[in-house]
Amino acid sequence: MNDSRPTPHPDHTDQARRAVVRQGLSVAVATGLYGVSFGALSVTSGLSVLQTCLLSLLLFSGGSQFALIGILGGGGSVGAAVGASSLLGLRNALYGLQLAPTMRPTGWRRYAVAQLTIDESTAVAVAQEDRSLRRLGFWVTGIGIYLGWSLTTFLGALAGNALGDPKQFGLDAAASAAFMGLLWPRLRAREPVAIAIVAAVVTAALVPAVPQGIPVLAAAAVGAVIAWVWPGAR
Amino acid sequence: MSTWAAVLAASVIAFACKLAGYSIPPRWLAHPRIIRVTAMLPAALLASLVVLQTFSTGTRLVLDARAAGLVVAVVALVLRAPFIVVVVLAAGTAAALRAAGWG
Repeated sequence: MNDSRPTPHPDHTDQARRAVVRQGLSVAVATGLYGVSFGALSVTSGLSVLQTCLLSLLLFSGGSQFALIGILGGGGSVGAAVGASSLLGLRNALYGLQLAPTMRPTGWRRYAVAQLTIDESTAVAVAQEDRSLRRLGFWVTGIGIYLGWSLTTFLGALAGNALGDPKQFGLDAAASAAFMGLLWPRLRAREPVAIAIVAAVVTAALVPAVPQGIPVLAAAAVGAVIAWVWPGAR
Repeated sequence: MSTWAAVLAASVIAFACKLAGYSIPPRWLAHPRIIRVTAMLPAALLASLVVLQTFSTGTRLVLDARAAGLVVAVVALVLRAPFIVVVVLAAGTAAALRAAGWG
């Protein structure tokens, strides 16, 4: 957060810089791989190839993109899909807050930095030990993922179009697994586990009772209340 | 048409959120409770989406091949399989069960 202290190694070795570039690119490759599953699931949820690619280029936040297509594909309303997608994207504002002292973007870079502010670019950036390596990590990871994710989304969308009946290939189960894969790394403490369980129960209870798309928003509201009152919260 | 509205609205809001982190005064967002709620929302939303995507068809709760796919996905996650492997195993499980006539 605080970058005003003097940097210990103003000109770090090429070795340190290369290590950051390698780390960023490996994260980009791993993320790019699941762009294929997003692209395929999106077209089988009823979006066109163009809409699918625009989501990766414009929205560019994996969890929000999966949520949007999952709810639209399941028959939920536009409002519910946009609502869930946007709530999932709120955390990117916190990342920006955290990265602002490091990136200090001005002019057009402000918009580029904002667009590239996602889980992975933030994680790689904050893991570095000084400001210039953090900036390098942010740019390499952010640009690498942006290009890889957009390209693999397009390839996945073409593949999804060619597949035909999504259920025959288990693509609906692939979407379940994708949400679980995004949730899994968050379940490392008691609080998110408790919130996830309550959200799951609330969702199951509401599915038969309310219009489609509402259960996910209700689960988010209940989760927010639990986080607000969780012991230790100030 | 409504799909276009969803795509564009979600994209604009997502960008506004990202830009907000760099634009609004830190003290507005830096309240510990707001940080906590924002950090915990993804767990609630993703858990809800797992249930919806696996156990619902429209407004009905159902148990079909997707549930078996999810079980396999969880096992793969416990074994630290990469994301793409988890997704492919779940799809393969559901596809195989359906080919065999279940779910």
